[in-house]
This record gives sequence, structure tokens and C-alpha cells, in this order.
Amino acid sequence: MHELSVARALLRQVERLAGEHRALAVRGVTVRIGPLSGVEPGLLARAFPRAAAGSVADGAELRIESVPVRVHCEDCGAEGEAAPNRLACPACGSLNTRLAGGDEMLLVSLELETSDV
Amino acid sequence: MCDTCGCSITPGNRKSAAAIHALPVLEGLLAENDRMAAHNREHFARHGVLALNLMSSPGAGKTLLLEATVEALKGGLSCAVLVGDLATDNDARRIAAHGVPAVQIGTGQACHLDAHMVHDALHGMDLAGIDILFIENVGNLVCPASFDLGQHDNVVLLSVTEGDDKPAKYPVMFRAADLVLLSKADLLPVMDDFDPARAEAALRGLATDAPLLVLSARRGQGMAGWLDWLRERHAALRQPRLAAARPHFGVLRA
Repeated sequence: MHELSVARALLRQVERLAGEHRALAVRGVTVRIGPLSGVEPGLLARAFPRAAAGSVADGAELRIESVPVRVHCEDCGAEGEAAPNRLACPACGSLNTRLAGGDEMLLVSLELETSDV
Repeated sequence: MCDTCGCSITPGNRKSAAAIHALPVLEGLLAENDRMAAHNREHFARHGVLALNLMSSPGAGKTLLLEATVEALKGGLSCAVLVGDLATDNDARRIAAHGVPAVQIGTGQACHLDAHMVHDALHGMDLAGIDILFIENVGNLVCPASFDLGQHDNVVLLSVTEGDDKPAKYPVMFRAADLVLLSKADLLPVMDDFDPARAEAALRGLATDAPLLVLSARRGQGMAGWLDWLRERHAALRQPRLAAARPHFGVLRA
């Protein structure tokens, strides 16, 4: 259960960015989590409000974009989706692939409330 | 009253004067950890130290392997060990008994080490004259895989008393491995439901070419291959072309 650590790290990032942009509050936080990132989206969703309590992001909505695992085949050049524990080329079945997506753990964007003046 | 200088804003209408705007970021969630890991990596490079992150389930034999390894390398390469442990310093004491520097990192309830914990522990360790630093992570096949510590390589142990499908069950961990050790191999004759070939097939399913070595630290079986790997990796540090330490986690994160 390292999602609380991840949520706290996320919150420190959010606080820094909110400070830099002189935000009054953070209304929304969008992250992108791939199946091979090691982060369980459901646990992160539960940990975030606890980490954010009392901060500038208290009550912010956490939106989690999920993305599939994608591989690029070094043998036939095809690219497509694969299971997290079977990174075979969807076209030719080769295991000579590299990951093209699915291990993302990104802060995508923030929705900031700022003073208009 | 105007709309430009703010004189129209009163405590009563302040809320409506606020604006919501979207800020694109695209930054790794563990950027702070990754920055500290890079700092640790520079520290290791300055001292010519090969840093290895040892990970496994609890009880896979990390500490016993380290005890046997530091003994076997005596007179050749000098070792130091950082030990992550939830609650005790038993493992650090076991290793220190072999006459090598061992520093305990008490993680409390944390289920993994992170780059900051390793950095803090390095303040209590003199790396001068050290060739290899082993970082024994908390026994856990899930959480430690997400945190770069600044290591050169990840070594993951899979003991033959576990299921041979573990690489398929914990793809994040085994995909991060630069070397996989099948430990407690002396028990293979009695663990007839563990098939090393199946374990390797599960590992290859993750599209990794990480070598897999079979060994028993207790009986000394297969230790030569592991010790050779350590010597080769350490020698590679001295060759600038191969020495570049690479971050192993989240190539797509940032």
C-alpha cells in the first residue's frame, strides 16, 4: 500500500504548482496511471482526499485517466495493446518488444481557482 | 468601481470574482523521488560504487544471500549494506557480524524504501573504499518496484518455495529486474511443484532479457555465477562506456 506515499508526493507537487500560480484553491487534479506503473488507481483515489485534507487542494476532484499497455514489436514493427504480464506482439506473437505505453504515472493537469484581478 | 484594478471586489462577491483555469503539467508523479534518486546516483558515481537494489518477497533469502556474498567477496571487493526493515534491526546485525558496514533504515510502517530514505542513510555511511553497496529493500513484491533509489541495477530474488508464476503475478517488479535469482535452489528436489523453466517462461513473457541464475546461498550452489555477475558489473563501472547508470523506472513517466 504505497499509494499513500504516491498521494503525498502528488500533493507536494500540486501545492508547489498552486503556489507558483498563486492559486486560491485547486479544484481538480488529473493524473494518468498505466497498469505497469505499480499504482492501483482505486487505492490512489482513496488516499488522495486524505493527503489533500487541510491543503490548498482540500476537496479537489481527482480524475484518473487509465491507459492500456501498448508494445512496439522490434521484429515486425507492429504496435498494439498487450496484457500487463504478457508483453507479446499482438500481430506476430514475438516477445522481442519494447513498451510503448502503460507504465505512465503522470500529473496531467490541474484546475486552479485564481483571483481574476 | 471598475473591472480592472480590483476595487469592485468585496468580501461578499470575492468568490464570483475568482476564475477557474486549467494548467497543463505532464510531470511524473514521483518527480521528487526521481530527483533525489539522481542525486544518489551521482553520489555513487563519485565514489565508484556499484549500487544494487535487492528486492523480493519476505523470506526469499535476501539477508542470507548477502551474508554469503560479503564473505565470498572478502579480499576482493569491499561491500557495504543498507537494510530496509519495518520494525527490527535483525538483518543489519546479521550482516554487520561479517565485518562489513551495515546501516539499518527503519521504515516504520512504510512498505518500501524511497530515494530520500536511502539518501538520509547514506549520511551515516562512509563510501570511501567501498566497491559494492547492496540496498536490501523491504520484503515486498509490489511497492518497492515503483521507487527509483539511484541504484545501478535491480536484483530480484524468487525463492523456489514460492510459486513459479510469480513473474506473471508481479509484472511491475519482475520487469524492473536486471537480474533474477532463483534462490533456495537446494530445496528444488523437494519442491516438485516449482519448475524453473516455468518461472523463466513467465519472466520472458515480460519481454525482458534479464539473466536468471539458480542458486542456494545456504549450500553454496550456483554462487559462482552470481559472484561473476557482480565482478563484471563492478568492472563495467570503470569503463565509461558501460558505466552510465541508467534509471530503471518509468521511462514514460516524465
